[in-house]
Amino acid sequence: MSSWGSVFVDLSIIVLLVIGIAQFRNPRGARSGNATAATALLLAFALVLYRNAILDPVLLAAALLVGGAIGALIAMRVTMIQIPAMMAFQHGAGGVAACAIAFVELTRGGAPVSVVGEVSGFLGLVIGAATFSGSMIAGAKLAAMIRQTPVVLRGHSLMLMLLLGAIVGLSLFGATASGLSLTVALVCALVAAILLGLVFAIRIGGADMPVLISFLNATAGLAAAFCGVAIQNRLLIACGATVAASGSILTAVMCKAMNRSFVKVLAGGKMAGPPKAEGETAAAPPTQARVARTPADAMVEAKAVLRDAKKVIIVPGYGMALARAQFQVADLAKRLEQLGKTVDFAIHPVAGRMPGHMNVLLAEADVDYDKLKEMDDVNPSFAQTDAVLVVGACDVVNPAAIRIADTPISGMPILNAHEARHVLICNLDERPGYSGVPNPLYDEASTLLLFGDANATVTELLESLPAMAAERRAKAS
Amino acid sequence: MADLALMLLVFVLSFGVGYLLISRVPPLLHTPLMSMTNAISAVTILGAVLLFAVPTTPGEKAIGALALITAAFNLVGGFVITDRMARLFKIHQEPAPDRQGSQS
Repeated sequence: MSSWGSVFVDLSIIVLLVIGIAQFRNPRGARSGNATAATALLLAFALVLYRNAILDPVLLAAALLVGGAIGALIAMRVTMIQIPAMMAFQHGAGGVAACAIAFVELTRGGAPVSVVGEVSGFLGLVIGAATFSGSMIAGAKLAAMIRQTPVVLRGHSLMLMLLLGAIVGLSLFGATASGLSLTVALVCALVAAILLGLVFAIRIGGADMPVLISFLNATAGLAAAFCGVAIQNRLLIACGATVAASGSILTAVMCKAMNRSFVKVLAGGKMAGPPKAEGETAAAPPTQARVARTPADAMVEAKAVLRDAKKVIIVPGYGMALARAQFQVADLAKRLEQLGKTVDFAIHPVAGRMPGHMNVLLAEADVDYDKLKEMDDVNPSFAQTDAVLVVGACDVVNPAAIRIADTPISGMPILNAHEARHVLICNLDERPGYSGVPNPLYDEASTLLLFGDANATVTELLESLPAMAAERRAKAS
Repeated sequence: MADLALMLLVFVLSFGVGYLLISRVPPLLHTPLMSMTNAISAVTILGAVLLFAVPTTPGEKAIGALALITAAFNLVGGFVITDRMARLFKIHQEPAPDRQGSQS
């Protein structure tokens, strides 16, 4: 079937791809890594055109132009705020492509498909279709077209099981069928898979979105790999498997950063909402009674804290993205640095709605990437920090996760903001984060609550700074 | 059977190599990484092209065109957007006080 020459060419393309991915070990290599991977795929594409005579060149060119042009246009216009939704729609497009290819391969008459090919084609079809519908739900949630909170239907798990059972049953039937009944079986399986994706994704929401989007990344790759087996194409298998590996790693990293098992995340819903019993929070070690401050007092005190601080750490969360405050936050950090203070950003792995979400937003706001610190690197330094500025984050700095057992976030690694001398909370309101666990950090005497739109709060803090610098110079002279 | 073994080998090897490589990508780059791997999964475009290497019925043409459009969207869009993101990650020149001073 394949000569050594073609094996060698395929292998070269895969090596090129590997080199591209390897360059992602360092932010400086990311851009050329991406270009290398793109080149690898372009070569593969050219090779396929060269090796095979295409019977409908006009249709092919037209379809490629349409898809490519839409892709390029959207990719150039989309803002970083829209990236999570865009990513979900991209996964969905990958799912459709895999599904459509598998469908044609399976229904096409002519050369009989082997059992392995048939099974793989079926898996490609089903996984592709479910990836498509799941991604549409994820994308709609991330684009705030539908509510982001998990929707748990009555008999949700049963419904998933039934759909899965229906898909297996239809596939067994399809394996023995041919002609029209095969097509009918495939269409039925397709519909079942689309429903499966919908029912599966609708139950996941809020802070669990990074897991869902990583998982869809993996399934899109898997669907491509199965298509590859069905059409016996090594490149499809290799690329699909690599993507599946990548998505799996990200899924695992996200779950670990929340200390939740993948199954628990899939079960969804349970984490959201207030804790079941008040008794759970009552079991918390007594915190100091909250120091009564008016919001105005808190703001005055916060400005003083920032002015006197030598070391500041900023903890961004999804709220920063919602308030579109990343530019103000970046400006504040710059201003603080100009005043001779050390400023770092502490990035929790699951902050935001997709892996690495905060990093992209802050990088767009021109924050140097060496200031974006990972949780494990930054955690030891909170104790020596004068001021922590929390912008739109709650669960990732909730000490209940490490102090109290039996809350939905217990055991989740957090950023140790509570160890700092002062904590400024620039959140919208006092409501708990997605976990529903009240944050005892809010009650500590060292915490200043600056509730309101983070955009306005941070701007106010920022504007208080240059005046203070002038004041200082005046005092010094 | 030899084909099956070979395909299985390709899958396992790629998954393994991918796993090793991607575990080393810092969380800093997780979004562009996901975006790029997403574009790589548009390798299905090869399969979509191959659908047209044999005679097709009108129905197959339509579904094949759908595959081509979505795969091309995924491929081009994915790599372009990853490039835009990767460009954002930079370190500005050593914090030159004069330059920053002039900004304020």
